[in-house]
Amino acid sequence: MNTLFAGTKVTKAALAVAGLSVVALSSGVQAQGLGKISGNEFNPAISLILDARYTDINNSELELPGFVLGGEAGLPSNGFATGHNELVMSANIDDNFFGTINMAIVHANGTTAIELEEAFIQTLALGNGFTIKAGQFFSGIGYLNSIHDHAHDFADRPLVYDALFGGHLMDTGVQTTWVAPTDTYLSFGAELTSGSKFPSGESEDNNKGRTFFVKTGGDIGISSSWLLGASYYETEFDVREAGGHHHHGAEAAVAEVIDNELLNGELDIAGIDFVYKWAPKGNNKQTNFKFQAEYFVKNESGLAEFVEGDASAEAMYDGKQEGFYVQTVYQFMPAWRVGLRYDHLKADNKFSDFEDNGIDEEEFIEESGYGTADDPKKFSIMLDYAPSHFSRLRLQYSELDNGHDETYDIITLQYSMSLGSHGAHTF
Amino acid sequence: MKLVITLTLSLMLMTSQAFAKVNVFACEPEWQALVQAIGGEHVKTYSATTAYQDPHHIEARPSLIAKTRRADLLVCTGAELEIGWLPLLLRKSGNSDVQESELGYFLAASQVERIEVPVEFDRSQGDVHASGNPHVSWDPYRLQSIAQALSKRLQAIDPDNSQSYQAKLSKFNQKWTASIKRWESMTAQLAGKKVIVYHKNWSYLLKWLGVEVIGDLEPKPGLPPTSKHLSHLLSVTRGNTPDSILIANYQDDKGAKWLSGKTDTPVIRLPYTVGGSDKATDLFALYDEVLSLLVKGNE
Repeated sequence: MNTLFAGTKVTKAALAVAGLSVVALSSGVQAQGLGKISGNEFNPAISLILDARYTDINNSELELPGFVLGGEAGLPSNGFATGHNELVMSANIDDNFFGTINMAIVHANGTTAIELEEAFIQTLALGNGFTIKAGQFFSGIGYLNSIHDHAHDFADRPLVYDALFGGHLMDTGVQTTWVAPTDTYLSFGAELTSGSKFPSGESEDNNKGRTFFVKTGGDIGISSSWLLGASYYETEFDVREAGGHHHHGAEAAVAEVIDNELLNGELDIAGIDFVYKWAPKGNNKQTNFKFQAEYFVKNESGLAEFVEGDASAEAMYDGKQEGFYVQTVYQFMPAWRVGLRYDHLKADNKFSDFEDNGIDEEEFIEESGYGTADDPKKFSIMLDYAPSHFSRLRLQYSELDNGHDETYDIITLQYSMSLGSHGAHTF
Repeated sequence: MKLVITLTLSLMLMTSQAFAKVNVFACEPEWQALVQAIGGEHVKTYSATTAYQDPHHIEARPSLIAKTRRADLLVCTGAELEIGWLPLLLRKSGNSDVQESELGYFLAASQVERIEVPVEFDRSQGDVHASGNPHVSWDPYRLQSIAQALSKRLQAIDPDNSQSYQAKLSKFNQKWTASIKRWESMTAQLAGKKVIVYHKNWSYLLKWLGVEVIGDLEPKPGLPPTSKHLSHLLSVTRGNTPDSILIANYQDDKGAKWLSGKTDTPVIRLPYTVGGSDKATDLFALYDEVLSLLVKGNE
């Protein structure tokens, strides 16, 4: 869970620079209004997302049996905490390229860190429906993967995103998309990425990630729209390290080195996603309705190795982990929305050629985190209020059953605000 | 491999499309109507929004990306009206012809001078447009300038039909100029009337007609009416009685009805743009209907 703060440590100076840029932006716009020309006019569009929350939770350690967690997967800590405060800058670089950077400034455990979420350029002038993106970006797989957390409809990500992607599938590489010249929206995308970010592991080549996705969508009459997608990701890695499974209260006594690795691994993830939106006469200002569902299945295999002091064990591992969520959000009057979400995960992990070097099979499966139990499930209900285009307050209740006969009740009160340039209305 | 297939496929489709009509993607119905009026048989038009939608609140939905992909020309209002979705459509469409620096990108509000350009830029003032009021289609003189510029653009994109575009423009101009005369005499009695509006989307129209706006139902542009603001409006109307309350027929009428009941002032529900009522089938009919509703409602 602490990989979240592994990013570069940021100083107050960097935050001050961000603040100054916002000031510079507003004076630039003012100059435009008065017909003056100044250097500020070419500043990129800047927006700041402010996010903080109060969480009531009885246990902040996320355990999902059968899923080795990584990336940003986790539960919020109890009490007050800042969330993902994001700084976004973007602009057309020239008539050929668009560029953007999105940084999350996160603070926890006394440390402030900048996490690079996205930094990419994108072509504008290829034409014929082609666009190429290069840099670090959220992959185009699934529906929610490429949408930043502050634009999600719930305070937390669907469980399947945390369990399989460690939040988002985010990597560095190149993406090509092609929009077909058809009346019904049809687009194809392919990505070539380092393939070494979670859920993958380190590889020497840093070019093993392959992603393919297809999306189609359209309108039904004047009031409804839909989007259907299918996606696939595959990669290989030399080694993936996982944080060992903790025994509550016992770890303080154990000072031995624990190594939990998957070697020569390969994995693929396939998914489908569907979104349907409705608003009376297509006017979403008064009331609107949204239905959204996604399903992903991951197959991974490799040589699992578990070392604890002098003892160790290894086995050939073949795992299948899947999950889905279904959610609906209804805006029942201007500014007010209510939403329901159901999450469900399932893991089926197999081992063969087990080798006992002081750790037996049962202990190995338990300690490595690959051991399965009942299916983890989560139910969430949220109510949010957005007095303007730029501000939102949200109250959410979730009940998480982690499959180990442990239930978490999570109550979140959150604000998510956007200031600076106008945000994008993504479908 | 996949890339090669898609490339050939797209090239085949491109060549079969060439030399067809100019494919115009209008962001709002008023620009679709204008393109039809001055482009006639040479254009094929599509409007991203209808008269019952608030163009500021549209999402970059799949069907719009598909339409943008095939457009030769985008005709939109600009002045940040479509800022939430038009930039996304441009970036997702993969269409190089309609990017901001190209001939295929036409913003109506950029062709004319805007009113209500804010001096202060602060979101506590509501969802203000830094480039001024975008609702330029409601000044008939500005609309005429826009028609002129749009015709030039169509001629540049489709030079083979240049003469035909010129002929269509002068026909439109003749009819529009005659209509302005008729409209101005028919609405002479409106000068000096006082109204309350829902949103600042009638500013150009009311300025042209010489009608005074004494209040907005929205406390700040883009924010829905609140009871606190409505009671403030009620106190404004004491001693400064409005002749009518104007709302577009896609806007929520609760606040207007409440104020109407308290002040005994009629609410006039107007089609904002083409397609907003059965009669408003083109720009001439839209102006005709709105102006006659205003005259009738303010008698």
